[in-house]
Amino acid sequence: MHKQVKISKGLDINLKGKAAHKLAEAPRSKMYVVKPTEFYGINPRLSVKIGDHVNAGDPLFYHKYLDRIKFTSPVSGTIEDIVRGERRKILKILISPDATDTFKTFKVDKPEHLNKEQILDLLLESGLFATIKQRPYDLIAHPDDQPKAIFISTYDTAPMGVDYTFALKNKMKAFETGIKAITKLTDGKVYLIVNGNSVSDFDKLKDVEIVKAFGPHPVGNVSISIEKFEPISKGDRVWTINPADVALIGEFFETGQYNPVRNVALSGSKVKEPMYYTIKAGADLSEFLKDKLKDDDVRIISGNVLTGSNISKDKFLNFYDNQISVIPLGKRPRFMGWMPFLGENRKSFYNFGPTKKQLDLDASLYGEERAFVMNEEFEAVMPLDIYPVHLLKAALLGDVEKMEQLGILEVAPEDFALIDYINSSKIEAQDLIRKGLDIMQVEIG
Amino acid sequence: MKVLEKFFNKYEHLFLEGGKYEKYRPAYMAMYTFMFTPDETTKKGAHIRDAVDLKRVMFTVVLALIPATIFGMWNVGYQYFTHAGLDFTNMEAFMYGFWKVLPMIIVSYVVGLGIEFYFAVLRGHEVNEGYLVSGLLIPLIMPVTIPLWILAVSVAFAVIIGKEVFGGTGMNIVNPALTARAFAFFAYPTFMSGNEVWIPKPENADAYSGETILGALGQGHHIAYTWKDMFIGTIPGSIGETSVIMILIGALLLLATKVASWRIMVSGFLGAAVMAFIFNLWGANTLMQLPWWQHLLVGGLAFGVVFMATDPVTAAQTRKGKWIYGFLIGMFAILIRVFNPAYPEGVMLAILLLNVVAPTIDYYIVQANIKKRMKRFEKQTA
Repeated sequence: MHKQVKISKGLDINLKGKAAHKLAEAPRSKMYVVKPTEFYGINPRLSVKIGDHVNAGDPLFYHKYLDRIKFTSPVSGTIEDIVRGERRKILKILISPDATDTFKTFKVDKPEHLNKEQILDLLLESGLFATIKQRPYDLIAHPDDQPKAIFISTYDTAPMGVDYTFALKNKMKAFETGIKAITKLTDGKVYLIVNGNSVSDFDKLKDVEIVKAFGPHPVGNVSISIEKFEPISKGDRVWTINPADVALIGEFFETGQYNPVRNVALSGSKVKEPMYYTIKAGADLSEFLKDKLKDDDVRIISGNVLTGSNISKDKFLNFYDNQISVIPLGKRPRFMGWMPFLGENRKSFYNFGPTKKQLDLDASLYGEERAFVMNEEFEAVMPLDIYPVHLLKAALLGDVEKMEQLGILEVAPEDFALIDYINSSKIEAQDLIRKGLDIMQVEIG
Repeated sequence: MKVLEKFFNKYEHLFLEGGKYEKYRPAYMAMYTFMFTPDETTKKGAHIRDAVDLKRVMFTVVLALIPATIFGMWNVGYQYFTHAGLDFTNMEAFMYGFWKVLPMIIVSYVVGLGIEFYFAVLRGHEVNEGYLVSGLLIPLIMPVTIPLWILAVSVAFAVIIGKEVFGGTGMNIVNPALTARAFAFFAYPTFMSGNEVWIPKPENADAYSGETILGALGQGHHIAYTWKDMFIGTIPGSIGETSVIMILIGALLLLATKVASWRIMVSGFLGAAVMAFIFNLWGANTLMQLPWWQHLLVGGLAFGVVFMATDPVTAAQTRKGKWIYGFLIGMFAILIRVFNPAYPEGVMLAILLLNVVAPTIDYYIVQANIKKRMKRFEKQTA
C-alpha cells in the first residue's frame, strides 16, 4: 500500500495554455548564460575570465565559503562576457557556444558500485550538486550535512504545471539511475510524490517511498509531504530535488558528461502552440520565442506563473526551470476596476472558488498594497499546520524567535505563492517569507 | 473614460515629487484609484493576482448593506405615518425616510472621509478603504432623530480615537462604527435611548409610544408586534437594524463572496440561541420569557452579528478563534440584554467586549500550535 497525502485547503488555478503532449527540439541558441544570482545564498568566486574556452562541465565559478560546490558550463564555448552589477556583484556569465559541444569527461561508474562520498564528489565536481536543495531555508544543500530524508515531487500542481510523466518519458531509464544515486546520499528514506489520481511509470519505482497526493495546489509542493512524513525540527536537514534534475543526475552517471538538457513546457495563453521543447539550461530564448508568441504585449516567465522569474527583458532559461510561461502583460489602467460583478475584472476566483473554465490571466496587480485586513483568506490556501498571518507578521518584523515558533523552518516561499495570488491587500507573502528565512539563516544557521 | 484619464494625467505632475501639491499626493491617488485601477503589474512574487482588492471587498459590504438601508428608509416613513395616524403610500413612506436618512449618510461620509484624507496626507500614506463601510454602517445603527452634529462628533471620535491613533485601517482594536455608536450612547444618552428617539415625532401627537420591543419588554410591558413584524422589520429601532430578512439578504451576498466569515455568523446566532434558550427555561422576567428564536429577531442582534462581528480586522484572526469569538458575542449579547434592561442593546457592548478579547483568544490558539511544535523540537534534541 502506498503512502498518501491529502489536503483540502488550497486552490487549483486552471489557466489557458497548458502544454500539449508533444515534444520537439529547440535549435541551438547563439548564447548561453549562467547566473550566479540564481543560486540563492552562494557567493561566487570566478574560475574563468573573458575569452577563456571551456568545455561543457568545466567549472565557471565556485562557492567562496565552500569551494567544493562548483558551478559548471552547460555548453562548450568561449566566455563572451562577465556582467557585473553594484559593488562588482557578478550577475551573468555569458558563453558563446561552439558549433557542437565538447564535454569534459568525468570518471563515473554505476551508482550501485559507488559509495556516498564518491557520488557526492562527482556531483560537486560536475555542478549537479546545485540541483539539491535543503530545508529549512530552501537553499543549496551543504554536502557535509546528513539529510534525514530526500523528497522528490513529480506532481506539479502549479498553474499549467509541468507533466513530468510526459516530460521524463524518454528519460525514465536515466531517472531510475538518478534515483539509485540519490538513495545513497541519505540514511533515511527517499520519498517520491506522485499524482494520486492517475497511474504512471513512477509508481513502479523501487527503493523509494511512493506518496500518492490528492487535492488542490499546493499538494504537489514537497513541504506538504515533509510535514506529514518527516517533519523538520531544529537542526534537521531534509533535501529536495526536482525530478528533471534526478534525470540529469542519472544521465550524468550513465555518460560521464554534464549536459543539462531539459524537456521544457512552453505554456501560456500567449503561446501559439503550447507544447514541450528540448532546451538546454541557460539558453538564450529570444530567437526561439520569436515566432512562437501571439504578440509582444506579454510577460515571459522562466518557471510557473506563481513562483517563476520574470525574463521578459533578458530571455534566458533559468538553471532550475522546466517551464516557460507566457501570459498577457495587462499593463493598463482599468476604469473602476475594483467594481464587483461588473466590467472586465468582474471575476474573482477566490470569491467563487475554482472554476472548470480555463482562465486567461494577466500580470496586472489589480490594486495597491494595503495593511492586513482580510485575514481569513490566508488560511484558506494554507494546508500546512501553520498560522500564515501570524507567521507573515513575524517575518515582517524580523522576529527570529516568533518566526521559529510559528514554523518558518518548515516552509519555503513557494508555499505562500497562493497567498500572493488571492490576498486582497496585495501583500507580497513569498517575498516576506524569503526575507524571513534569510534572517533565520544568518541568526541560527 | 479617455477624457477622465486625460484629466487625471493633466494634473498628475502637480502631485508628483517636486510638484506644487506634492504633499497632497495621497488625496490625489485616492481619487485616481477610485476612478481607475492603476496599470501596475506584478514586480515580485506570483505573476498573477486575483482581481480582488480592498476596494472591491469594502464595496461588496456596502452592496450587502443596501437592502437594509432601503428598507430602513421606508420603515422610518412607515413608523412616522402610522404613529401619526396618517394615510400614506409606500413611495411616500420611502421618500419621507429617504430625506431623513440621506443627510445622515452624507454627514457621516464627509466627516469620516475628511478625517481619513487628512491623516493620509499628514502621514503620507495611501487612503485606506475601510471607511467606505463604516461610513454607511454608522447612520444605520443610529436612531433617525439623532441631531446631525452629534452624528458628526461621534464619527470624528470613532475615526480618530477608534482607528487613526492605532495606525488606521487594519490596526484598530475595536470596530469603528460601534465606537461611534458607543460614544453617542454614553455621551448623549437622551438622544440615543428611550421611547421617542426611534420615530420622528409627529407634530399632531402629544403622546405616542415609539418604544422598541426590547425597551418595552425591559419595562415589563407586553408587546403588540408579531414575529412576522420582527422578521420583516416593521418595528421601531435603529435605521438599518430592524429588518431581519433584509439583513439576511445582505448576509447571503457576504457569504457567497466569502467577504464575511460564515463561522462568525453561524456561531454568533448559535451562541445567542443557546443563551436565550437557557433564559427561557429560567423565565424570571418578560425578557427571559421572550421565546429564544424571537430573541434572534429583535434588536440589533442580526445586524450586529452579520455586519459588525464579522469585521475582519477586529474579529478573531484564526478559524478556531472565530468560532469562540462569534459564540461569545451571541451569548453576551443576550446576557447583557436580559440582565441589564438599561442597556437593551446588548449586542453593541458584546461585540466591543469581544473585539478587545479577540487577540487573547487568538493568542491561546496560536500558542497551542507553538507548543505542539516546541514539543516536537524537544523530542528531537532529547
